[in-house]
This record gives sequence, C-alpha cells and structure tokens, in this order.
Amino acid sequence: MEYKLTFKEYNEALKKDKLLGLKCKECGKINVPPKMVCGQCTSLDMEVVELSGKGNIQTFTTVFVAPEGREAEAPYTIVMVELDEGPWIAGNLIDIDPGKVTMELIGKRVKLGHKVFPGDKYSAGDMARPLFSFES
Amino acid sequence: MRKVAVVGIGETRFTAAQEKTEVELFAEAAMDALNESNLKPKDIQALYLGNCLGDFSEGQGMVQCFAAENIGAFNIPASRFEGACASASMAVRDAFMWVASGFYDIVLAGGVERAASMGTPLATRTFAMFSDSRYEYPSGITFPAIFALLTHLYARKYDIPLARLKEQMAITSVQAYKYGMLNPKAHFHKEVTVEQVLNSFMVCLPLQLHDCCPFSDGAAAIVLASEEVAKRLTNKPVYIIGTGQASAGPLCNQKDYLPRLRSRELSAERAYNMAGIKPEDVDIAEIHDCFSVANLIAAEGLGFFEFGKSGEAWERGEADIGGKVAINLSGGLKAKGHPIGATGAGQVYEIVKQLRGEVEHGRQAPEPKIGLTDTLGGDGGTLCNLILQRGW
Repeated sequence: MEYKLTFKEYNEALKKDKLLGLKCKECGKINVPPKMVCGQCTSLDMEVVELSGKGNIQTFTTVFVAPEGREAEAPYTIVMVELDEGPWIAGNLIDIDPGKVTMELIGKRVKLGHKVFPGDKYSAGDMARPLFSFES
Repeated sequence: MRKVAVVGIGETRFTAAQEKTEVELFAEAAMDALNESNLKPKDIQALYLGNCLGDFSEGQGMVQCFAAENIGAFNIPASRFEGACASASMAVRDAFMWVASGFYDIVLAGGVERAASMGTPLATRTFAMFSDSRYEYPSGITFPAIFALLTHLYARKYDIPLARLKEQMAITSVQAYKYGMLNPKAHFHKEVTVEQVLNSFMVCLPLQLHDCCPFSDGAAAIVLASEEVAKRLTNKPVYIIGTGQASAGPLCNQKDYLPRLRSRELSAERAYNMAGIKPEDVDIAEIHDCFSVANLIAAEGLGFFEFGKSGEAWERGEADIGGKVAINLSGGLKAKGHPIGATGAGQVYEIVKQLRGEVEHGRQAPEPKIGLTDTLGGDGGTLCNLILQRGW
C-alpha cells in the first residue's frame, strides 16, 4: 500500500514554507507529521491538506550544548507549537535572544517559516524544520 | 507461567571514559554473576544483552555474540536489545519471559555501554537518534532539550513557579549525589548542594549541569533461573513478579498527556497487575532520573505521589529511606551513572542487593521486600518496568 504523504514530499513543501498534513476523512483529525494511519481512529482514508502554520507556543528551551556538527548553531531556541488545527510540532524560534527566553513565551502567537538543516553523515540528506517567528 | 528468580548478579563500576572494551566490561560483570550463581558458562542456555551505541562508540555491532563466546557460553543463542536507555530492562524482561514460558531454565541477561568513551559531542548526537530523525532532530533537539521542554510544561500544568520547581528538582539531585557517595559502583563520589546545582552551567534552559545525568561506561549482568533450578542454586532467590513494557511515537504526538508519559503509566500498570500489587506496596525503587525533572515525572507516573506533588514529597523526605518509597539509593542515573545499554540491568543489580540486605551502611533500606525498576528510552518511546520480590 502506498504511503500517502512521504517525508520527501513534506520536506519539499516545507522548503517553500508550506506545512502539509493529512486530514482524516473518517474522524476529521489533522495528522502532522504524516502517518500511515490516522493517529486518532487508525483510518487509512486521509487526504493531504495544507495547514496555516500558525499557532501558540506551548513550551520552549534554549540549547547551549549542541550535538556533534551543530556546535556553531548554539545557543538556539526550540519551541513546541500547538497549531490552530490542533497538532503540536517542534521547530526553532527566531526574533528573540536565545539566552533570555522566559516562561512568558508560553501562549505567544507564532507563524511558520523554515530553515534547512544541511544534514550530517548520519542523516541521509538535508531536512527542513519549522522556523517560527512572532505573528505580529 | 513458571516463577522466575534472579540467582546471580554482577556489575562493573560505572565510570567516565575508560579503555576496556564492551566485551571486556560485560565479561567482568557476567563472570561475577555466574560465580555468585554457582554456575559455569556452559550452563547458560541463552544471552539477552542490552547495547545501544556500540556501533558508534567502538565500531562494534552484534556485540552479544562476541560477548557470549568470550565468556565461554559457546554457540548459545545471543540476542541484542535496543530500546535506547531502556535496552537492558527489555533484555531482562525478555529473558524472564523465556524462562517463565518453560523454554529455558537458565539464561544470562544484562547490558553494556561505553557512552562516556564517545565524548560529549558524539554522545549528544547519537543519543538524539532516539528522537524522531525526520520530524524532531532537524530542530537540533537533544535529550536535555526534551526534558527541558517537559520542565516548562510541568511548571505550567501544575502552576508551580519555575524558580520553586527548580529548587525541588535540585533537591532530587542532592539526594542522588548523597547516595552515590556511599556506592562504590557509582560514577560520582561527591557531595553537591542545592546552591551548587543552581549555580552549575546551563545545558538546556532551564536544566543545568547538576540536573543532568552523566554519560558513563559500564556493564551489568543478571542470571535468571526457573524456581525449581533457583532453589538448588541459592537460598536467597529474588523473584521477578511483574513486568511491563510500552511504546510511544514522537514527543509532539504525545501532546494529550505531556508532561505525563503515557507509555510509563501503561507499562507500570501492566507490571503492577502482573505482580498483583499496588504502588504503596513498593519499598524501594530505582527510577529513570536521567534529568532531575524526570524524577518527578517518573514518581508520579508510577503512582508513588500525586501529580504535581513529587517535588514536595522529595522535600519532605517521602522519597528517601523512612519515607513512602526509598528512591534511587544507588545514586540513580544522576550519581551512579548512565551507561545507557546497561542501565536497566544496573537497576536490577541494585534492587537485588537491597532485597538481600547487602549494600553499604547508610544506603541500605530497612528490610525491603518489594522493589521496582523504571527505565525510559527515548522521549517516552520505550518504557519498561520490573517488580522484584524477596523470596525467603
């Protein structure tokens, strides 16, 4: 059985600042990241949809000790965002001082862009990730 | 199902980077476990070995086969278990099931890892492989980052000011260091104060150095036998009376439960049900304190304390000897150390020692009867619990 929305397709769309997900035709749940079956009802009957990329910050951290090969990126801030359509996704946050973020970030409105991680010897290629900035 | 007992245990010291190979480390632990059991290598019918990152730390895959041959358990079936930091607990659990089923009578389980030998940058990179490589890692997620994200969620969900929560978290680290001091197998032998925790350098906001467990090298080994065989081998059998395991997907997909980890709650429920006990029946527990906040999340998920109240429980001594349940008298991952593929077997080692009354003065629980292990792999991806009971 064919996989409906592969990482390759998701990744190529994200590189154009488009966030793709799967909407379940049985229960209506939006699934991001994409999956074989609906995460709520396990239906296979899902369609590809483009999401708004807008939502609220739920939690955050700033990484000071980076993995091998990504030292130059640190410090960087990671946020988990609840999209207006319901799912949570993780990405980086810009337009802030990573060393000075506080609990006040929680609840802030953000919108999605992207940044490409060029990959390393383990990653099987490059990958875009959401890059969030404040909505207003 | 037959009753299954631990009849012998062995463990190397958990350490910083050292030069023994994984095969050598596991052989040392395994021979101690066999000698304790009054068994010879030829008596072992199968090996179940946790090992996570040997491919990266020393370019060694399939270490379980070399380990079996090295200790003279020639040509036995040898299987490797990989569930990130829960690998060895999975290995012990599967070993238990094969003996319980009647298929084998005597098996060896355990784990080995050289996480410290990799150095922090490579260890940080490879540990991050236990998050979702496509949908999480591109953001630069690391394991401290995951628990830092959970810390802020915890503070918000239970409405605890972050500064207050961090003090509570620091108290869990201080308790871990206190017991690590008394454990000759522990990676760290030093006292640390709340002030030192709160002044240590920032790893991932708000987690500081002393909120985080170390990368360690080490191995642990456990001999399991059927009840009938165990009675011939030892007058102090420790029975495995309950086991549970559960899985979960990427952290974001767990949003409906966070900061609680559903996989832990399911795994623990399965273990308690199999054992026919309740959380309040547990005297001692070795829980997965990879980060200070993980103590709080684990103790609540295991049913020891109310959700959002673990920090207060630690402050009142409820997680210490004389409290509700004595937690991590080994020093835990924080001070005893975290050689990830061996950690779960190390927890079993500690519980068995405690139940036998064999640990050092100052960290021996008073006549414990039931002990629990709790091991977490990834960001809740793998959870495994074992419940052990004194058999005499």
